[in-house]
Amino acid sequence: MPLSTVVDALFAPTGISDHVVIRELRLPRTLLGLGVGAALGLAGALMQSLTRNPLADPALLGISEGAVFGVVIALGILGITDPALYVWFAFAGAAVAFAAVHALGSAGRTGTSPVRLALAGIALGAVLTAASSAVLRLDTQTYDRMRFWMTGSLAGQTADVVVRLVPFMVAGIVLGLCLAGPLNALALGEDASRALGANIGRTRVLAAVAITLLCGAATAAAGPIWFVGLAVPHAVRAVVGPDQRWVLPFSALLAPILLLGSDIVGRLIGSPGEVQVGIVCAVIGGPVFIAMVRRRRLAAL
Amino acid sequence: MTPITSLRTGNLSIRLSPRGLLVSAGLIVTAVAGGLLAISTGDFPVPIPDVIAALTGQGNPAARIIVADIRAPRVLTALLVGAAFGVSGALFQSLTRNPLGSPDFLGFTSGAATGGILATITGGTAWMIAGSALLGSLGAAVSVYLLAFRRGSQGYRLVLVGIGVSAILVSVNSYLLTRANINDAATAAAWLTGSLSGRGWDHALPVALALAVLMPLCAPLSRPMRMIEMGDEAAVAMGIPVERVRLAAMAVGVALCGVATAAAGPVAFVALTAPQIARRLTHSPGVTLVTSGLMGAVILVLADLAAQRLFGAIQFPVGVLTAALGGAYLALLLRKERR
Repeated sequence: MPLSTVVDALFAPTGISDHVVIRELRLPRTLLGLGVGAALGLAGALMQSLTRNPLADPALLGISEGAVFGVVIALGILGITDPALYVWFAFAGAAVAFAAVHALGSAGRTGTSPVRLALAGIALGAVLTAASSAVLRLDTQTYDRMRFWMTGSLAGQTADVVVRLVPFMVAGIVLGLCLAGPLNALALGEDASRALGANIGRTRVLAAVAITLLCGAATAAAGPIWFVGLAVPHAVRAVVGPDQRWVLPFSALLAPILLLGSDIVGRLIGSPGEVQVGIVCAVIGGPVFIAMVRRRRLAAL
Repeated sequence: MTPITSLRTGNLSIRLSPRGLLVSAGLIVTAVAGGLLAISTGDFPVPIPDVIAALTGQGNPAARIIVADIRAPRVLTALLVGAAFGVSGALFQSLTRNPLGSPDFLGFTSGAATGGILATITGGTAWMIAGSALLGSLGAAVSVYLLAFRRGSQGYRLVLVGIGVSAILVSVNSYLLTRANINDAATAAAWLTGSLSGRGWDHALPVALALAVLMPLCAPLSRPMRMIEMGDEAAVAMGIPVERVRLAAMAVGVALCGVATAAAGPVAFVALTAPQIARRLTHSPGVTLVTSGLMGAVILVLADLAAQRLFGAIQFPVGVLTAALGGAYLALLLRKERR
């Protein structure tokens, strides 16, 4: 489809089939990719900064799995199909998972350790995934619908769903970007940031709310997607340095590029079908993660 | 201090704590009782004396078919798979020096699952599925070990590389599931949760063989592993060949977990929880292999019993029950950390 047709479809639609395809299928999918990517990248950056842990990632720490479980309960048991309603279940699941994994991974005698947090997240994620599949097992039809979504996919969401989820993503992104200054203060350590007059408790709660909004909305839209939230902030930090005022916005910009790129790759190699974007991200991101682990000792952020 | 006696024959000497022996005996009794209960109850109840008669080839033919061909192999598979997972979990928790370092999270069960799914959707037989699962698990383990190896393999790097490999394999698995038709996918998904339904003697036999071969190999490993738990430097100073012991322990652990996964699917959390529960029961400072294995057997046979009987007409795969157990275990850890 030539670029001029795309421009026409966006600004002067005439109702020919090409225009309909672009407006009804490809535009929502692209917008969704942009929103989900920005949400995941920012959520990853916020989590890494808040937990001061280089391994924080929405899916790695079980938060996306919490959101998935929430959605599975809403769809499979309660029969709620309106995305604006079931997104609240995703939020609830994400919030509970985040609280639990934070408590499991960062408390204790040994103090915060990246490995501990990662293991706690993986364990929690495994419990939640098993619970989700137990619910789905009762109902093969819901399973058939959910198995694509559960791998992380941008396909199959209509413009209507996108419109309903975008406000939550925007709210999370705005809130997250506003927290850059306080998070910078927090990075100095609790005592130092308190001495600077930062309100630690408020920053933590607001950051947790932003993370929940971002992860919940992104997961409700596209399912759990691995490694975008992990790799992007690291790449950004390597370029712009540790200042959150740069890291957060650039993470929110770079992540959608990665996500849409992966989506295009998935569609090209899977043609005539497609490989779900979550799978492409994991297959690309997994080796990056392993290289990161191998390269150096993981310092606490 | 509990009094400790030791048993010496020739070059071998095994330390025995009375409490450990007591706990082991208790676990054996529980496992046998749970197994007998699982065999004798159900839609067609068979009283215990008839069970024993049926197992020795007497009694009425209907009871003989139900007991000897259906229920006994299932129970035996549960016991053996549970024991294999328990021992494998104990080995890995000791290796990674972390109570959460179980083979479930290190990519080995995901690798086994990849092999299993490939065989399932290409229409393989039970033996092919088992063999393919074992190969997948070994392949994943070799990749994790090689990728984590850099001037020696440290516990934490094993864990993190395992998580990365596991994530890749999980997404490959779900890709395979989306490619399969819905019936194959549902079958494979049931296997992926970990299920004991329909397991026969040809599932139990490989696990029994693997346990018989691999358990004796664990005995000479347990003491050097206790030393390595104190840290690599300390162990080297004591004259322990750290890397060789670690490789051997990993090989045994992966083989056990691969064989068990091949038989019953990746039953979650047995390998995670069994060593920890056993450790608390025996009051031992570290994880112990034999009690962990017994505990795993008890957990799996009871969980399978509960999964079959607890929910009336709906029979959940046993993996759902053990996952709930894992959740309870995590909650317990959470409460302990709060204090």
